[in-house]
Amino acid sequence: MLRYLLHSIAALLAAYGLLGAPTGAVAEPLKVGFVYFSPVGETGWTAEHDKGRRVMEEALGDAVSATIVENVAYGPDALRVIRQLAADGHGLVYTTSFGFMDQTLEVAGLYPDATFMHLDGYKSADNMATYSLRYYEPSYLAGMVAGAMTKTGTIGYVSSFPLPAVLQIINGFALGARAMNPDVVVKVIEVNSWYDPGREREASDALFAQGVDIVAHVTDSTAPTLAAQKAGKMVIGFHSDRAQFGPDSQLTAVIPVWGDFYTRVTGSVIDGTWTNAPMWDSMAQGVLAIAPLGPMVPQDVVAQVEARQAEIVAGTFHPFQGPVRDQSGTERIAAGTVIPDADLYSMNWYVEGVEGTLPE
Amino acid sequence: MAEINFIVILLIATVTAATPLMLASLGELVAERSGVLNLGVEGMMLVGASVAFAVAASSGSLLLGTVCGALAGALMSLVFAFLTLSCMANQVATGLALTIFGIGVSAYIGSGFTGVSLEVSGPLVVPFISDVTILGTFLLGLEPLTYVTIVLFFCVRWFLYKSRPGLMLRAVGDVPDAAHAIGFSVLGVRYLAVMFGGAMAGVAGAFLSVYYTPVWVENMTAGRGWIAVALVVFAAWNPTRIMFGALLFGGVTILQFHIQSANLGIPTQFLTMLPYAATIAVLVIISSDRARILLNTPASLAVPFRP
Repeated sequence: MLRYLLHSIAALLAAYGLLGAPTGAVAEPLKVGFVYFSPVGETGWTAEHDKGRRVMEEALGDAVSATIVENVAYGPDALRVIRQLAADGHGLVYTTSFGFMDQTLEVAGLYPDATFMHLDGYKSADNMATYSLRYYEPSYLAGMVAGAMTKTGTIGYVSSFPLPAVLQIINGFALGARAMNPDVVVKVIEVNSWYDPGREREASDALFAQGVDIVAHVTDSTAPTLAAQKAGKMVIGFHSDRAQFGPDSQLTAVIPVWGDFYTRVTGSVIDGTWTNAPMWDSMAQGVLAIAPLGPMVPQDVVAQVEARQAEIVAGTFHPFQGPVRDQSGTERIAAGTVIPDADLYSMNWYVEGVEGTLPE
Repeated sequence: MAEINFIVILLIATVTAATPLMLASLGELVAERSGVLNLGVEGMMLVGASVAFAVAASSGSLLLGTVCGALAGALMSLVFAFLTLSCMANQVATGLALTIFGIGVSAYIGSGFTGVSLEVSGPLVVPFISDVTILGTFLLGLEPLTYVTIVLFFCVRWFLYKSRPGLMLRAVGDVPDAAHAIGFSVLGVRYLAVMFGGAMAGVAGAFLSVYYTPVWVENMTAGRGWIAVALVVFAAWNPTRIMFGALLFGGVTILQFHIQSANLGIPTQFLTMLPYAATIAVLVIISSDRARILLNTPASLAVPFRP
């Protein structure tokens, strides 16, 4: 027993020693770890991260070697996995879910020489930064498409949780839809989950029953697409281009493009220019896109959306530019001003035209 | 017109959401009527769901997937039957173990199929039926498996109460010693009843993964197996009441989304819980007649039989 303990301690010391030593000039590739909360799968959140990981490996070649750990449960399991990655000499670890925040922070404190990137959180350290995407930008464009295409004037939104990040997406979408058709109403139903195909399907069907002809979602499964395809309605996809499952129904989809992002950030760790400044990237950096518009979308709508996209990328248009009113008609963003990032971070209201209640 | 359409769509969604519960409960009813309490329905449903999805996604045939889901459920129940009937293991403990085992096995079988979707065809249009608007919309909106379920309900009811083998099955569940003395094979009947329950649970799982979502997710039955077991007990082992309870569950499941849209300010977490609570509460109330429960409860439920 004692001998086993001594061995473990020796091994631990060795691991610390290795990490403490200055990294070699060229020869050693940077070991990059990716922690996923779900299996990779074919479409969805984790599938997109893993696509990005592969692009990064291809771009950086011998300079990196990546490890992925999928289906990691939140809590003690996550702590064990992240610590194991750091102990194995991973100089950079991406934890790709909000739920890994505290565990990432804890391990970052234990391994000061490794770099940690945590997605969508709000805690950081000298060697740990947060990263997020401005999903409301492509959401606005998708909203434009939906606003132009709806015949009933009512669009449904299958929401997950009333968090600021989700409200940004729904509000951006509603603003885009109402820019094309000021009478459009967006009905929101929450399913209380990020990934629950059964409830996503039921919520989509409920929305269709209420006269919605297009459904959008902030959840991760293909269920809304399949529900729309089955009901002969239209859908705005999320996280992945799911056109193959909704060939007659998908108008477009809001998708993250992680490849260049992971290449850029990993590169900055390799050449030592990485900082722990929070990253909140936008369409201008090429990290977000909308899927090719479906064949049912008329050319003039395509042209309008492309023009707006160019303005967003150029920085001359912000989806949340005043005047913007909330559900009660109170002006939240004054005419001629753009919402400050701090207000986006703490968003807790729906824009005018959204039907749904938020907890007090 | 718009209101009628809304109600029709609501009905379709309700019946569809109720279908897996009907299937699993009818299966469990037959097993319990023979005197075996199998609490492993949730596990058997999950294994049925994962096997059915894996087969359907690999072969492209939904029917083949469903059949394999039924076989997988029956196989799971065979393990249970062997342990409880031949080895005399405690039925409650074995059933619980079967559920836990099923959760793990189904996750393993389905691990290669996460994030995979089956392709779905557009809305069905049949010339004559589609033209008769309301009825047509309703009839075409239902899944074929739902029709099968309704047929199975009549078959099970007829079998239990109107047929000789059904009488034998109930005798085995009430007074196994007498049934044995007359010359019935008590264990044989129970084996068959348990496997029928397993196959039905497997089909219920297959309905969820192959027709309803159609996506495989770990733990996707989300407690429906337990509701199925509860339905049987709270419906006082009456097939008609089981169907009613399943419809109630389906109805509340669907209605919660419309309640949300009505902006009544009810927390969504509460609405998520509602179908489970409402179904059990209503069934407890309508089945609270003690005499009737005593009359209907299989007298030898969960009591091992030693020939």
